[in-house]
Amino acid sequence: MRLSSGTIRMIIPAASLAVLLVAVFYMQPRAMSYTGLNLLFNLAVPIALATIAQMLIMAVNDLDLSMGTFVSFTACVTATFLQSSPALGVLILLGAVAAYALMGIVIYVRQLPSIVVTLGMSFVWGGLAVLMLPSPGGEAPGWARWLMTSKPPYVPMAIVASIVIAVLTHLLVMRSSFGVLIRGVGGNARSVERAGWSVVGVRAAAYGLAGFFGVLSGIALVGLTTAADANIALRYTLLSIAGVILGGGEFVGGRISPIGAVIGALTLTLAGSFLSFMRISPDWQIGAQGAILIVVLALRLLLNRLEKRENNR
Amino acid sequence: MNEAVMREEVVAARGIKVAFGAVKALDGADLVLRAGECVGLVGHNGAGKSTIVNVINGGLSPQEGTVSYGGAAGYHGIAAARASGVRCVFQELSLCPNLTVTENVRVMHGDLKGFGWRRRGLSLVSGQLDEIFPGHRIDCDSTVEDLSIAERQMVEIAISFAACTERPRLVILDEPTSSLDAGLAAQLMTYVRRFVAAGGSVLLISHILGEILSTCDRIVVMKDGKVVADRPATDFDTRRLVETMGSVVREHGFQRTAKEKAREPILSMEARHGSQLGLQAFSGEIIGLAGLGGHGQTEALLDLYLSANSNWWPAREPKMAFVAGDRALNGTFSLWSIRRNLSISSLKALSSRSMVDPALEDGLSDTWKKRIEIRTPDMHNPILSLSGGNQQKVLFARALATTARIVLMDDPMRGVDVGTKQEVYEILRAEAAAGRTFIWYSTEMDEIRLCDRVYVFRDGAIAAELVGDQITEANVLAASFAGGEAA
Repeated sequence: MRLSSGTIRMIIPAASLAVLLVAVFYMQPRAMSYTGLNLLFNLAVPIALATIAQMLIMAVNDLDLSMGTFVSFTACVTATFLQSSPALGVLILLGAVAAYALMGIVIYVRQLPSIVVTLGMSFVWGGLAVLMLPSPGGEAPGWARWLMTSKPPYVPMAIVASIVIAVLTHLLVMRSSFGVLIRGVGGNARSVERAGWSVVGVRAAAYGLAGFFGVLSGIALVGLTTAADANIALRYTLLSIAGVILGGGEFVGGRISPIGAVIGALTLTLAGSFLSFMRISPDWQIGAQGAILIVVLALRLLLNRLEKRENNR
Repeated sequence: MNEAVMREEVVAARGIKVAFGAVKALDGADLVLRAGECVGLVGHNGAGKSTIVNVINGGLSPQEGTVSYGGAAGYHGIAAARASGVRCVFQELSLCPNLTVTENVRVMHGDLKGFGWRRRGLSLVSGQLDEIFPGHRIDCDSTVEDLSIAERQMVEIAISFAACTERPRLVILDEPTSSLDAGLAAQLMTYVRRFVAAGGSVLLISHILGEILSTCDRIVVMKDGKVVADRPATDFDTRRLVETMGSVVREHGFQRTAKEKAREPILSMEARHGSQLGLQAFSGEIIGLAGLGGHGQTEALLDLYLSANSNWWPAREPKMAFVAGDRALNGTFSLWSIRRNLSISSLKALSSRSMVDPALEDGLSDTWKKRIEIRTPDMHNPILSLSGGNQQKVLFARALATTARIVLMDDPMRGVDVGTKQEVYEILRAEAAAGRTFIWYSTEMDEIRLCDRVYVFRDGAIAAELVGDQITEANVLAASFAGGEAA
């Protein structure tokens, strides 16, 4: 049986997660428990949400370099306004989502490179975050804390949350007709336009949705850390891009996979723990993490090339 | 004919004028399509076929003239056209390659909505595929990029003919059979006849004249942005169709130099894509590559170029030089001066110990400024300060300044004014007389007639070789359109 290109795209992320998981369990059998798994994957939940947000931007052939500062900003809003005066907090977060949608419109209408616009916006988000919390502080709203630290029976919260995120976004992006339009704009914007759709509307919706998931990521992060800081999530920009690519997505062409993106985020988190278990000094960890990324992506290139050769025959 | 007039108009475009800058794409063209007829649209490069299709489907607003759908004038645009049942299958495939067949149906049909659209879309497209191409064996759950080119074309055609809530009233097929084999093309033409008999309307654009003659009720011939003939298909045969597309033979006071062909060719390319003819070039010749746009001429030039020049290392004395067609995209370095743009191909010859010698560079640019009369006070001015024609001259000079014996040209004279063209033709002649060889892809008949020898391309292969006095518009047209050899 010939595998479809979508299946091939899913094999690598799933396999690399499995390999890393087996390696971690081999080195540290105690991780194979309820608490162990929760600890391993706890921090993957906000990263997975940020990865989904980045994936929506990448679905329309753009790239968001402000993801890290945006998540930091929403984390600061969550730890301050959303906790002290919830109505105002919700309003600010809604405004942030609207700003994202507006950014999508401006980028399309003015034909600007998304990298430049989002890079500029990253300073805006970062500045606003510093204004709210000049030094680490704030407090997580009780419900966010409760949600992120709750202990469902049998399966730890981190796993449950990851599965819920993966399934919901899969339905939204891969199954719904709205998701079809977003991916259609990434695949061939001209034909979507010729079929009578408003491309600017679809792009605004994709950006707005990305903003929404960015907000969720900030809330989840504060729920875990209980306090926020203006620089709390700066790493998320590159982590989210790496997660999308690791999960089988591509920079252009609307080729994305929400399940893969969540798996990619889990893999990246796990890679950090794996290197700690290997007793690699923190000085070398970032380089080693990069090496893992390169190996996985090289594998994927190899598979793509094999597939192309198969097709040409 | 009277009977046809009585029928209901689906789309009527009257007196349409469209100009892109100085180029008149449509110059008062009329096209009326009625229910229950299949209309063929033929014409050579630049006749305005694609432009009028874009006007009808709402993608382009005409500067003058009216477009009305179903007899009602007033609205225009993509939405109005779609609402009136106008569907279009474009020459370049316009499906989203990353989506499945069913998802593409959803994108193309806005009225396929609500719960269970996947199931309904699937049955819609697979039913339509069965109807047009019985025995097609396409899995409608697969992603479009996993399908072959022919299968993609079949899917796109089926999606356009499919009726979700309302039936399409006019389907425009732009070269629909370009990637289908003869059997599938016949199935499609049979279906077109059935669709038309049921009251639909089809506008068929094709370079295969046999298809047009056997399928269409009426044939519209375009030339230079105007409709030059609009008659029932029975009035035409292949020969008359080709004659109508051509222009009145004009005198050209150009003397071709007779070349002895006994010597060794300095360049040759094997026959390919099922063609009997290969390409050969002799020293001092101007060779034209003709045919409809996009039938493999540019690819042939690129293959020739890559066969002689390495991808990795620049050669000190390149065998071939290339003059690009799209100036802005792959011709000029827009931030550089004229001098730098000119000397970039000859840097190796102008430098000693890997450093460019500015004196040599200035000498080169001044020589060429005089030789081809680049109109600028100073060669240090930026390239964009020149007019389009003069920029093109710089690109020619860039190629001619090298020591390359062969110059490849990819339709470089697009959008260049007549005066500059004449000057460049002079230079080409002089250089050819001095022993250089030119291989020139051009979409303009006047330029093709300047060549010593012409290869006409069709479907990526060489369809005919014309020498000397055989190079006439009629012969080139006949070879560009399949089934036209009889003319």
